[in-house]
Amino acid sequence: METLAAVLVTVIGAATPLLFAALGELVSEKSGVLNLGVEGMMLVGAVCAFAAALTTGSPAAGILAGAAAGMLTALLFGVLTLSLLANQVASGLALTIFGVGISALIGRDFVGTPLPRLPLLEIPGLSDLPVVGRLLFGHDVLVYLSIAAVPAVIWLLDRSRTGLILRAVGENHEAAHALGHSVIVVRYLAVMFGGAMAGLGGAYLSLAHTPMWAENMTAGRGWIALALVVFATWRPGRVLLGAYLFGGVTVAQLHVQGFGVDIPSQILSMLPYLATIAVLVAISADSVRVRLNAPASLGRIFHPDS
Amino acid sequence: MMVMDETPEHGAGKGVPRLELSGISKRFPGCLANDGVDLTLWPGEIHALLGENGAGKSTLVKIIYGVLKADAGGLRWQGQPTTINSPFQARQLGIGMVFQHFSLFDSLTVAENVALGLDRAGSMAELRPRVREVGQRYGLELEPDRVVHDLSVGERQRVEIVRCLMQDPRLLIMDEPTSVLTPQEAERLFETLRRLAGEGCSILYISHKLEEIRALCDAATVMRGGRVVAACDPRRESAHGLARLMIGEDFATASRDGGVELGEARLVVGGLSAPAAVPHGMPIDDISFQVAAGEILGIAGVAGNGQNTLLSALSGERSTAPASAIRINGHDAAGLGPRERRRLGLAFVPEERLGHGSVPEMSLADNALLTGYEREGLLKTGQILFGRTRDFAQRIVQSFQVVGGGVAADAGSLSGGNLQKFIIGRELLQNPGLLVVAHPTWGVDAGAAAAIHQALLDLARQGAAILLVSQDLDELLQIADRIAVLSNGHLSQCFATAEVEVERIGLLMGGLGHAVQPDESRAV
Repeated sequence: METLAAVLVTVIGAATPLLFAALGELVSEKSGVLNLGVEGMMLVGAVCAFAAALTTGSPAAGILAGAAAGMLTALLFGVLTLSLLANQVASGLALTIFGVGISALIGRDFVGTPLPRLPLLEIPGLSDLPVVGRLLFGHDVLVYLSIAAVPAVIWLLDRSRTGLILRAVGENHEAAHALGHSVIVVRYLAVMFGGAMAGLGGAYLSLAHTPMWAENMTAGRGWIALALVVFATWRPGRVLLGAYLFGGVTVAQLHVQGFGVDIPSQILSMLPYLATIAVLVAISADSVRVRLNAPASLGRIFHPDS
Repeated sequence: MMVMDETPEHGAGKGVPRLELSGISKRFPGCLANDGVDLTLWPGEIHALLGENGAGKSTLVKIIYGVLKADAGGLRWQGQPTTINSPFQARQLGIGMVFQHFSLFDSLTVAENVALGLDRAGSMAELRPRVREVGQRYGLELEPDRVVHDLSVGERQRVEIVRCLMQDPRLLIMDEPTSVLTPQEAERLFETLRRLAGEGCSILYISHKLEEIRALCDAATVMRGGRVVAACDPRRESAHGLARLMIGEDFATASRDGGVELGEARLVVGGLSAPAAVPHGMPIDDISFQVAAGEILGIAGVAGNGQNTLLSALSGERSTAPASAIRINGHDAAGLGPRERRRLGLAFVPEERLGHGSVPEMSLADNALLTGYEREGLLKTGQILFGRTRDFAQRIVQSFQVVGGGVAADAGSLSGGNLQKFIIGRELLQNPGLLVVAHPTWGVDAGAAAAIHQALLDLARQGAAILLVSQDLDELLQIADRIAVLSNGHLSQCFATAEVEVERIGLLMGGLGHAVQPDESRAV
């Protein structure tokens, strides 16, 4: 039982950065902006969080720095695509390449420097319960924040007026503009929220998952987060499911490899991707519902004066 | 708010005008869209704004609604000089607008769509009963929780109007509201508008349907080339007279001369069924008709009743089974692709000019090549004969008086009417034995529409069979020899145009004509 609990805890570790990044991207895409720079924003968030935590000695400063750095990177993307009307796909790819480069530059002097792990929030009594205690209690603040973000995003999108306007902008930006809603402002805010969330995902990697900095330490998680949003048909609950499924299979296949099962490790490494795609494709088989969830203006540039 | 004048006579209103525009000008790069426009609207008046495409009507109402800013000129609202900088401000003054291309959000519910047009919407729970209540008061029943993409076009328009009415407008702007409605739906809209006007609301009504304006409006302002060229009482003018004011010159209305000798059946459709062409589209079920050489068969119906499915099955963009469901010039064609069908003599003009009928980023010459390469011999061993292609495009431009840039101009740079003339010309010059044409004059000005109608009539007179799918009942009554109605994916029997009752066609369009299957949800 203790091993199972330990495995499940590592699942949470694998899922949390994906959940942050994918939720942020979901909000950005719901407003109609396709930001392919998630990987870059995560890296910048990771390195800035690490640098801030190391130099100030405060994990809180690290978390804030990670979110702020991700948001600033996203702001750059926003200026390019929303104000200067650059192509979103090309700008997003450029943002990822930029993020890889600048994070390596910032992190030059930090490579190999150790950092104490983000403290776990131990709750006396509860955290000591067998199995359940370690599973439910005694994680760090970012894990709880990522889970709490799911109902928060659902509430924002489905219940609040802001969310209604955001969905309207993503659905039909000309109509939203004609009704007097500010398409550009809404999209800037959504893109920056996406950046902050990607930055938090990066911060989790460099402060908690593996408390250190290494170049390219996101290792493609930004791309997986992007794919999760699409396969989850832009629904936060399914993003949560997808992130944990992916994390779970990742950890499980590592253990299978550890047991020395006679399957090529490359095949096992593919499993998380295959499993996530298979499950999310199966639940999104209803094409009508997918159409309704997909933001119809996604990736389209808005010219205010046409 | 006091109602100042119940039934003002044009130009003789007492009290303070609701809205007074003076000297409004707006320049876009390359054109002066509004040039010193004056306009006065009285309380309780239904005022028509008339003009060809590009006359500056849309620009003017966008300025009134705060979407665009005027370069010069003044605006008085209830006598007070005002500037309107945003739609929010316009709504606060009491100006509501129903857009030509609906400003609705397909994936959202009716109530959410209404909320987006209100500045203080309150909670959804409060909004739902208000939507029902306002809808019932004006005969615009709506179910607040339905998702917009499930609604018919007429119901969608109701959402737009209810959204405006929720804020007690003092001025309601309607941009071409009836272009998508059945005659009965339009009549019902007029009743709503008359009731609103009776309550003192001013209505600015943009339309190119002249009979409608004569029946509904108390006053009319006619625009041409960005200027006001006439103000008149539409009830005292003839439709032809109004059209002459709009165009600025006289024009000949095309009409059937009748008595055409019918030849063999060129297109025979028997028991054609097909699933919807696009998600949420309408499947077609057991459609049968035939078109003979020398005649124009019109298919009427409100958009979304299976037209797209039928058209894609006829053009060959989708193949259907059995192969004998569609016969072109005696050959089984339902399983063939567009290219093979063209070889059998079919020419096709789709509904969408940009993207479907032409490639906007390509020149007219290149667009001419796209459908004409085979019948006009524009290819030789896989290479394009550019000289011949340009000549072909040049002949189209000359024969159909396509204005704008010549054959090297991008298709997307032409006005809607000119591009449509080019696309129709491209098919007609290939002398097709059979032409399937969809909504040929949609969004086309009256002059170009008359030219297109004449060209279709000439083609039929030369012995071609023409299938004309259109939402515009006036157009079908004018040039089609027989009319059938497509509703809910079913085709009615064919009626000879000379004997048909418009009333009956309207009922069929509304889905009420089938004694077998009355569709309650579309009851109007």
